[in-house]
Amino acid sequence: MRKATSFAALAAGGLLAVSMSACGGATKSSTDKAASSAPAATQSGSADPSAPIKKGLTVGFLPKQVNNPYFNISDAGGNTALTSLGESYKEVGTTSATDTAGQVSYVNTLMQQHVSAIAVSAQDPGALCTSLKQAMSAGIKVVTYDSDTDPGCRQAFVSQASSEDLGRSEVDLLGKELNYTGQIAILSAAQTATNQNAWIGFMQDELKKPQFANMKLVKIAYGNDDAQMSFQQTQGLLQQYPDLKGIISPTTVGIKAAAQYLDGSQYKGKVLLTGLGTPNDMRSYVQDGTVKAFELWDPGKLGQLAAYTAVALASGQITGAQGQSFTAGPMGNFTIGAQGVITLGAPTVFDSSNISQFNF
Amino acid sequence: MADSTDTAPATAGAGLRRPALFGTLRWDAVVGALLVVLLGISFSTVDGFGNALNISFLIGNTLPVAAIALPMTMLVASGEIDLSVGSTVGLSGAVMGALWNHGMNINAIIVICALLGLVCGLINALLVTKLGLPSLAVTIGTMALYRGVAQIVLGSNSVTDFPQNYLDFGSGRLGGSFLPTAVLPWLVLAALAVVVLHATGFGRSVFAVGASAEAAWFAGVRVKRVKLSLFVTTGLVSSLTGVFWVLHYASATYSNATGLELSVVAAVLLGGVDFDGGRGTLGGAIAGVFLLGTLQNVMSLADVSAQSQTVVTGVLLTVSVLGPRVARQLLPSTR
Repeated sequence: MRKATSFAALAAGGLLAVSMSACGGATKSSTDKAASSAPAATQSGSADPSAPIKKGLTVGFLPKQVNNPYFNISDAGGNTALTSLGESYKEVGTTSATDTAGQVSYVNTLMQQHVSAIAVSAQDPGALCTSLKQAMSAGIKVVTYDSDTDPGCRQAFVSQASSEDLGRSEVDLLGKELNYTGQIAILSAAQTATNQNAWIGFMQDELKKPQFANMKLVKIAYGNDDAQMSFQQTQGLLQQYPDLKGIISPTTVGIKAAAQYLDGSQYKGKVLLTGLGTPNDMRSYVQDGTVKAFELWDPGKLGQLAAYTAVALASGQITGAQGQSFTAGPMGNFTIGAQGVITLGAPTVFDSSNISQFNF
Repeated sequence: MADSTDTAPATAGAGLRRPALFGTLRWDAVVGALLVVLLGISFSTVDGFGNALNISFLIGNTLPVAAIALPMTMLVASGEIDLSVGSTVGLSGAVMGALWNHGMNINAIIVICALLGLVCGLINALLVTKLGLPSLAVTIGTMALYRGVAQIVLGSNSVTDFPQNYLDFGSGRLGGSFLPTAVLPWLVLAALAVVVLHATGFGRSVFAVGASAEAAWFAGVRVKRVKLSLFVTTGLVSSLTGVFWVLHYASATYSNATGLELSVVAAVLLGGVDFDGGRGTLGGAIAGVFLLGTLQNVMSLADVSAQSQTVVTGVLLTVSVLGPRVARQLLPSTR
């Protein structure tokens, strides 16, 4: 039996040995050099801004998660734009927002189905790269929207608003409501969420400005974009920091759960909440005074712009290089910025004066 | 257990009947046949299925489950289970990413990850064998524990800049064929696992322990040592899978392979390995793994929504727990 046990060890060792013999030694510093000398894997060929829009294109939308209210709206926007151009729309995706292996599978699925372009909101900046590069080398155009991948893995990124605008404006919004004094906390999504982390970075930077000297960020909590967990995290924040005056939740799931908690608690109206939410989610909380103001871009427009960008790429009007511009139907002209980023515009602030005008 | 007599609590290899055999109808054969039928239908009718790229993709994506299913089959056959495998994969990847960020040599990192897997497995093993705790409860605990440690180790970072030749190993193909490069070590591992479980005294003692630990002990099987070696092997294979996962998806995050344990257990049960221990075959488990993997690939290509896919998988798993039992009921004489 002892002999047989060593068999099992040998079996496992086999995997190790083969995986190691695949290549020689390397460390991070030695490959960093190699990486910096390699040419950037991007745009080849030239753009023809006056090229006609090709017909019969299919754009596959791959959101972070299907059946997620936010992506339902953005992808419906993509559908609207594609339908108006006479192109085809389809949507695939995973039921969980942290199933990166599943999302990678769907890139492969779309490639096998020979779509003209993929519009994807990446769950992870790195995990999709290999398969997206495969798709691009098969002639499929790749646009990221909402959440970007590494820039070399797509042709263009349609950004909801600049991270800087969003991060700083949320702090400003809460600062005004609190007269720039008191303890505040952030209730984010997953600890790895690309967007939220970028925004939080700018929030922290904004808080360094002199007018925020009396505002202190005491904690960043993570609710994983899960309603129940966000609810509990809010509860935990208020127990841990009895003097907390405000919460910023830069995620639609988080702000709704936090509002729900505040609404039913003694803190209603005393602890101020802002962040990113959808008008439909937040309407009742704005009307009953739990929340004064919050902000967001229009996810439907984001999806539309992603669709127009995908069509412009597939038609050869743009390649994703900085400085190129194209017309996104009725949305007007957009110019591509550094690293292929196309920005939708400044966020909209929703409060009791305007919330009734929005339905999404 | 009434039928424990046919699972031969033997020590050395006297010519005893293989435990999982029952008559001509074997559930693992049914699953294998289902896989063949599904592949046949997919090749002939599903657009975009039967090309080298898609097949290599299917196999590459299924490899993590396929690798861990090997030791998991043995564990379940011995009457135990390890639900911490997904977290061990995540922890191994997180440590890999963190050490890589510190500039350590990649080969040294892989060795450390392997050792880490041994430790993870050993913790499970000692809690189960020394303290006599049920493995289901223990490994639910360590599942949370290992994932938590992964989160502490790597935080919110996502490490992607591993050396290209290693990434190529993780996601490359054998010269444009339908086989991913990483299938080679898996084949070696699978062959060894089949030999160990189905053609050695150790393998027979695994089944004996699963059928009745007490009877096995009286027959001279060192029950705790068998279980300990299985948990440790599972930990090791999981951590190496963690290394593969990072290279395959070019991404080390603490949340790598979240929920993988359920896919592994599901595939193993679908392959006819008895949840109560004492019976099952690796062939069945491997067929189960690839049946689920192929089904997922095909359903996506056929535009079946993710929600419906979950329902189909759920139904299949329920059937898989029922199926072998019904099959045994139908063939009582061959028990």
